[in-house]
Amino acid sequence: MGEAIVITSGKGGVGKTTTTANIGTGLALMDKKVCLIDTDIGLRNLDVVMGLENRIIYDIVDVIEERCKLKQALIKDKRFDYLSLLPAAQTSDKSAVTEEGMRKIVGELKQEYDYVIIDCPAGIEQGFKNAIAGADKAIVVTTPEKSSVRDADRIVGLLEQESIDPPLLVINRIRNHMMKNGDMIEIDDIVQILSIDLIGIVVDDDDVIKASNSGEPVALQPNSKASIAYRNIARRILGETVPLQSLEDEKGVFQKVKKFLGIRA
Amino acid sequence: MLDKKQFITIKGTKEGLTLFVDDSCTFEHALNELREKIHASRPKHDEPVVSVKVKLGNRYVQEEQKEILRKIIAEDERFTIDSIVSDVVRRDEALQWQEASEVKTVNRIIRSGQMLEVTGDLLLIGDVNPGGKVVSTGNIYIMGRLNGIAHAGINGDKQAFITASYMKPSQLRIADYISRAPDYESDGVYMECGLIDEEQDKIVIDRLQVLSHKSEISGFGRRMQNG
Ligand SMILES: Nc1ncnc2c1ncn2[C@@H]1O[C@H](COP(=O)(O)OP(=O)(O)O)[C@@H](O)[C@H]1O
Ligand SMILES: [Mg+2]
Repeated sequence: MGEAIVITSGKGGVGKTTTTANIGTGLALMDKKVCLIDTDIGLRNLDVVMGLENRIIYDIVDVIEERCKLKQALIKDKRFDYLSLLPAAQTSDKSAVTEEGMRKIVGELKQEYDYVIIDCPAGIEQGFKNAIAGADKAIVVTTPEKSSVRDADRIVGLLEQESIDPPLLVINRIRNHMMKNGDMIEIDDIVQILSIDLIGIVVDDDDVIKASNSGEPVALQPNSKASIAYRNIARRILGETVPLQSLEDEKGVFQKVKKFLGIRA
Repeated sequence: MLDKKQFITIKGTKEGLTLFVDDSCTFEHALNELREKIHASRPKHDEPVVSVKVKLGNRYVQEEQKEILRKIIAEDERFTIDSIVSDVVRRDEALQWQEASEVKTVNRIIRSGQMLEVTGDLLLIGDVNPGGKVVSTGNIYIMGRLNGIAHAGINGDKQAFITASYMKPSQLRIADYISRAPDYESDGVYMECGLIDEEQDKIVIDRLQVLSHKSEISGFGRRMQNG
């Protein structure tokens, strides 16, 4: 029986889809069976980031409305045998998806896969409720920006009311020079406000954008900083103790990060 | 007239009259006698208006009954009513008072978009995050960081105050007073309290020590006295 993890944030554009694609890829690289679900109905793009767009025949709404079997809607990844994607619908009515429908799909996928990673839409409306309905765990993504942290806090509050494990935190798009100048909220301030366990930090890296444009998740690259960061998150999900990367060889930043070395995954 | 028992005794004081209403007769009886007594001792129209305190002893009166008392006494506008005091409270009122003076302890983080509301004093063990809000009818004690909004004395208690281990609130509210954080980025303060400064007629933030100079009366005593 696998585990379902929802990737959520409240705010849009902070990196949920990128995180979903790369954690999924990272887990697949470690020979796990992984299924990604895009629940952002009407604004699907996990398929684009994964480079699987033109293979879509059926989508999640087709499954829910029983126009096809779940298996038929799953798209097998180009690179890994046991990485699949259940794409969002692009045109259908959003209200087709329900919490009950999601629970059923996720439950069924967990029979087959080690990890089901659910990409959540922005906001706290029905789409959010659907995305978390079948999840066992949650990862909250934020950037080091006040508004993003505020929305993450709202989401953590909502998740705490659900029967779901305490969420884990990913801080994405950290920019070294801004951290150094004090123009961004610092990592330990973010962790202090949200008071949840940090499972990874990812720098802002042009390679992420390049990778997403070419449909090859950055986690496939051997050496880019973001790639290593995402693969480390995947390893922590598997229970390994992996220290946080130093963002650069800057003493100041490194010392801030060091406090979180004893991380729980 | 025979020497029948007097149910209402009137005492003159510097401030005016005190009416003691015996609690052993029926309310009707008391009213009849009150009408007579008031009529007899009413000041003339060229004399100043007299203030009256009514003491009811162990008699419980409903709000409507108090209204009748007021009507009789204030008729002709020769008397004004200072207070109507009974020595007994109803059980449910007593319970309400008790609730209003209890300290409710809550152990969690109040996150963005969340609100925690209690009757009585609030002891929060945990932070109030930016965008979060705590509200109480009494005082608010936060063992943690106050980064959001705290509203003490929501029903109008201006004596209520707010304390926190670390204060950097976006707003402090006490009764119907509001103060907000400055527009520039500022540091928070440790172990301080927010309270209404009556001279300045606004909310101020001060060291916790100033609370020891505040009236010693607990919330309960305060509520008893205010009825
Ligand atoms: N670590 C990163 N470095 C650089 N760009 C990033 C990073 N993470 C995300 N992005 C970019 O930010 C944009 C929004 O990311 P996305 O994953 O689509 O956010 P969401 O799904 O939360 O709306 C995309 O253009 C993506 O390529
Ligand atoms: Mg997205």
